[in-house]
Amino acid sequence: MPEIMNVVGLYLGAFFTFCIFSFLYRDNPFYKFGEHVFVGLSAAYWLVYIFYKTLMPNLFTKLITDFSGNLILLIPAALGIMMLMRIHPKTTWISRYPLALVIGTSAGISILRYMQSDLLQQLTATMINPVVSGDGVTTIGNFLLIIGTICGIYFFYFSKKQEGVYAVPSKIGIWFLMISFGASFGYTVMARISLLIGRLEFLLKDWLHLIN
Amino acid sequence: MKLTPLLERRIIYLVLLIAVTIPLLIPIGWKTEVSYHVRMAYDLIEKTPAGKAVIISFDYDPSTMTELHPMAMSMIEHAWKKDQIIIATALWPQGPQLADKAFTEMLKKFPDKKYGVDYVNLGYKVGGMVTIQAMGRSMETVYPEDNSGTLYQDIPALKKIRTLKDISWISSLSSGVPGIKEWVMAGHDMNGVSVTGGTTAISAPGFIPYINSQNQLIGLLGGLKAAAEYESLLGLVGPASNKMDSQSIAHLLILVFIAIGNLKAWRKRKADREKNTLGVKNA
Repeated sequence: MPEIMNVVGLYLGAFFTFCIFSFLYRDNPFYKFGEHVFVGLSAAYWLVYIFYKTLMPNLFTKLITDFSGNLILLIPAALGIMMLMRIHPKTTWISRYPLALVIGTSAGISILRYMQSDLLQQLTATMINPVVSGDGVTTIGNFLLIIGTICGIYFFYFSKKQEGVYAVPSKIGIWFLMISFGASFGYTVMARISLLIGRLEFLLKDWLHLIN
Repeated sequence: MKLTPLLERRIIYLVLLIAVTIPLLIPIGWKTEVSYHVRMAYDLIEKTPAGKAVIISFDYDPSTMTELHPMAMSMIEHAWKKDQIIIATALWPQGPQLADKAFTEMLKKFPDKKYGVDYVNLGYKVGGMVTIQAMGRSMETVYPEDNSGTLYQDIPALKKIRTLKDISWISSLSSGVPGIKEWVMAGHDMNGVSVTGGTTAISAPGFIPYINSQNQLIGLLGGLKAAAEYESLLGLVGPASNKMDSQSIAHLLILVFIAIGNLKAWRKRKADREKNTLGVKNA
């Protein structure tokens, strides 16, 4: 029986791959069917997964096995139920309180960590001695890092009109930004092609067995 | 016959499909040069002594398997070659299943490796950065049991692991949030553990600034190419290397398309300019 299910799964996978690929020709009922099945299936999958992998072990099991020792869990449980009040228009206002708590807590945790990792550590990383004796490539790289950082930030300095000599670092900053956008585009192309290769590999290897 | 934009687009799709398919059927075998960032990640694992516990976090789902799964397999192989103990975690719900899949595939090469002794799958935990922060205080509190329900204290591989600080290196194979960034912030910047990882190509440029003099991130595997580079460092022709021919051909083709597009745009602008000049003269 599992063997048959595997084969059925493979054929379904191939069918839905073609359904989605058919959009490249034009929008059509097969594409729409594939898209709707994907959305519905994902929603159902997440619901079941969150229930069994998050709610069950972290809340229900603990309350069932040791209720008095886990009384604190009633607070997040109540907040979770309050969040579900969004379903009815008349009780939507109740969901704002747990939402406010989630946003406040997340912001509080993130501000500290982002300040440390994305600001202080990144700034410290640019405060280096650029000259590395005997290593010309690293020295050039360090200079580019410092110049790129300063000019890139200067490009977003709008308190003074950027003309004449003040426009020079801004223009250098644009060059650095453009190069980084180009690199990002290159990486994006690579990622998209990888996805295509993944699907073709599934069709040619797993489904048709044309490659080993 | 005049090519409409719609027809042009379809031709591009078709040519790209053929260009990607042929090298999959008939491999060319082009070599891949190893980049500095991949070597950094490799050296981190290479220099870690045997018997040390490491974390590989499976922070991705099947949609990005093509890029990230070969990285997972290579890193498991490398860590096991060096006799390191692998602790698999996941900040994404489907991560534990992908970890199991990777371990099952690698066990064919390393049949002596035993679950609970040489590797363990702790499963998925919701919470992202908060979870990692909590691991910095107590691993057992965050993971009272592994993915199959065995209690933390009953797993031999975890006997000496109290907090995240007992881990030698962390590798996050990440296709979004939460992922590498959270491990850098809470794993390295809070707990001082060396963090490396792999990501999809599309996310790679965003993580490169963390490879800096502060060692926030030690090396990075960005996309399929980096996975192939890692395989070549291990002396393997693995799943990533096999796909690199198609990737390279597709990139060349896209370069040609960009050149053709620019040439067409330039010719059109030139023709418009000439038409305008002629119009001014006639007027």
